[in-house]
Amino acid sequence: MSDIGYVRTEMLPEQEPPVSEVGAIGWVRHNLFSNWFNSLLTVLSLYFIFKVLAGLVPWVISPTWDSGSLAECREILHALGREGHYAGACWGVIHERWIQLIFGFYPEHLYWRPIAAFVLLGVALAPVLFSDKVPSKLLIFSALYPFIFPWLLWGGTIWAPVAALLGFVLGWAAFNAVSKAMSTLLGFIAGALVALIWWLVLSSYFVGAMDSIAAIGIEPVESRKFGGFMLSITIGVVAIACSLPLGIVLALGRQSDLLIVKYICVGFIEFIRGVPLITLLFVASTLLNLFLPPGTNFDIILRVLIMVTLFAAAYMAEVIRGGLAALPRGQYEGADSLGLNYWQSQRLIIMPQALKISIPGIVSTFIGVFKDTTLVSIIGLLDPLGLSNAIRADANWNGIVWELYGFIALLFFAFCFGMSRYSMYLERKLHTGHR
Amino acid sequence: MTTFSDPPKEQFRLSMLLYDTRYRSATIQVIALIGFMLLAAWIISNTIQNLEALGKPVEFGFFGEPASYDINQRLLEYTSRDTHLRAAFVGLLNTLVVAVLGCITATVLGVVIGVLRLSHNWIVARLMTVYVEMFRNVPVLLWIVFIMAILIETLPAPRAFRGDNPEASMVLGEAVAVTNRGVYVPEPLFSNSLGNIHLFGESSLRFDVSLDLMAILVVLGVSIWISNWIKHRADAIQEKTGDRPVTWWQRLGVVVVPLALLLALLGFHLGYPELKGFNFSGGTHLRNSLIALWLALSLYTAAFIAEIVRAGIMAISKGQSEAAAALGLRPNRIMSLVILPQALRVIIPPLISNYLNLTKNSSLAIAVGYMDITGTLGGITMNQTGRELECVLLLMLVYLSISLTISAIMNWYNESVKLKER
Repeated sequence: MSDIGYVRTEMLPEQEPPVSEVGAIGWVRHNLFSNWFNSLLTVLSLYFIFKVLAGLVPWVISPTWDSGSLAECREILHALGREGHYAGACWGVIHERWIQLIFGFYPEHLYWRPIAAFVLLGVALAPVLFSDKVPSKLLIFSALYPFIFPWLLWGGTIWAPVAALLGFVLGWAAFNAVSKAMSTLLGFIAGALVALIWWLVLSSYFVGAMDSIAAIGIEPVESRKFGGFMLSITIGVVAIACSLPLGIVLALGRQSDLLIVKYICVGFIEFIRGVPLITLLFVASTLLNLFLPPGTNFDIILRVLIMVTLFAAAYMAEVIRGGLAALPRGQYEGADSLGLNYWQSQRLIIMPQALKISIPGIVSTFIGVFKDTTLVSIIGLLDPLGLSNAIRADANWNGIVWELYGFIALLFFAFCFGMSRYSMYLERKLHTGHR
Repeated sequence: MTTFSDPPKEQFRLSMLLYDTRYRSATIQVIALIGFMLLAAWIISNTIQNLEALGKPVEFGFFGEPASYDINQRLLEYTSRDTHLRAAFVGLLNTLVVAVLGCITATVLGVVIGVLRLSHNWIVARLMTVYVEMFRNVPVLLWIVFIMAILIETLPAPRAFRGDNPEASMVLGEAVAVTNRGVYVPEPLFSNSLGNIHLFGESSLRFDVSLDLMAILVVLGVSIWISNWIKHRADAIQEKTGDRPVTWWQRLGVVVVPLALLLALLGFHLGYPELKGFNFSGGTHLRNSLIALWLALSLYTAAFIAEIVRAGIMAISKGQSEAAAALGLRPNRIMSLVILPQALRVIIPPLISNYLNLTKNSSLAIAVGYMDITGTLGGITMNQTGRELECVLLLMLVYLSISLTISAIMNWYNESVKLKER
């Protein structure tokens, strides 16, 4: 030991890390300029962002909110010394037409009805979406809401939605009575028959009779007055709400052991998924009336709703089938060994788990359907995109492009982005299983 | 003494159709079948009655009548005197063109963006996130009309190219003209052309197959086969001796030299677009409608593909790349030999469905006036002849067969890369 000349007996004080490794500089070095390729990418991205912002910001900041026509916009910008084709946006068009872009040609004094319908939609969805924060008694309202929603939007006598509701009640009563007395299968058939007979034959007499006794109703609004985002949301919400149960039924049908049922479901799903939505909308606009008894002529929005619902249901069925297939076999066997019958095991064991697994897929189907509602502009409905063409046909706004598209894109983005974030929240919340 | 007796043989009773699970499924199926057939019969009889009332029996004779409308972007020769069937055929080819172009660019873009989204470069990753969210959350129809508007509004008109000191000039060495009427690109021409084969005579489905193109494809196919054979031989030598012969120049030469010889033999040259009067002539004219549709579909689908690629790469556990690194593989070999083959298995099924979506979305061409099958058969032909039932059903049939074909091809490919489990 003696030949060691020098041993330090106390620790050296810690040195500060080099400035280039910590703090902002360190972060920049590690994340932006770690090698020549990264540096190149960083510089290119910065240049790109700069170019986009330099073009966009002056265009967006443009004091043309109150202008009444494109010519007036140009004058305002000219007075400010801003020349050229892209000197500034002409926000007057949004100021003047945003109400129209949202409500279409819905009568102005009735705007409260769609607003109420969509606010109540939030109330009805709350117990479903945020089940831990909202009292579950509200679910009764959620169940009634599908009947309130069309009544608020289309108006007319209150007895029509009541009759529709009564159909379900009668069907349910028949199902209960027959299934107690005989078998579930017979009960199901009886319930369906009773409900169908009520809706197709008796309900019109009921509505007529009740209307003559007590004419309670609100002002009816024709379908062709519907437009703008109200139309998109209406189509989206109805299609989504109806396609989920239909999709579950189709998925169960596709998974079932009953060969005929299975092939009917497979055929339907593959057919709908194999054709573009636009052809289904052509069916809605030209063919659906041909398929129904001679003389029926119901309105175009209802026809579109039917086709979009069928379209969404096929996609929904595939998503839910994925969830069903992802469940371990043991879950099915466990349910069987408990002695549950098919519907009990589906309701109590399989569906809660399968739906949970398929939530991301379901939400992305929702988003897809909502985006696809823009296609109705091709068959002449006035959704935001259709309205933008109508607005451009106005002499005052002839030649306006970017402002309208930008506004529409922004609203769609807000909706869809919000939905995708909600799905992420839901995934986290429901993620109770193993990682 | 014990006696065995068989359990009494159960008699079939009618109530067993309802209560016995063995027979109940048959009952349910029969009821479902009857219900389905009743529905179908109801719809068909309604349709027949309605069509009779309208005086339009189902027949396809209108396909033989002259279409009398123009299709400006087309692959085959077509005039307005041609039949509706010819128009539908030209439209079908247009659909396929935009679908194939779109799938290729969407894949390339999507892979690049998906990989860049995983980059450690903070700013690039954020930029790609913005791209993906922006394109995924706005309807594709809006993107199509938006890009169409950009093309029409911001690009220079052909007359801006005129004069001694023009406002706009052609790009890529005077070869490509980008105007608000479309893009003019050079076209391949052959001075010693072998000619064409006319298929299907004078019928509506006639089309010409260029023998030059066939010759090039054959030569290319053979060269690639030889090149692969050289690779396999090199592999075999490597297996045997451990040394890999340098073959890149052989493989390159085998592909390039015959092709160059053939092109020289055929007198290959490019026909450049030229400004004549108020417009360009010569070259190939890609109209705005095609470009807008192509760009919008690729950009939109690329956002989805990027997410798929990202998810696929992230699905490969870190242990895989670490194990590959421990074996001494270089980073690019790790990517190509370990990560990608495994990621592909995750990526391909959703990729197929995105190709299908792109193909189906190409039907939105009708919004910008690109004459695909929806624009011809489901658009002008339907409106002119008033044959909605025939046109829409045929249109659906065409899309259905395209979709089923694509998914069959892609499923076959998927099978070939799938994990072979034993």
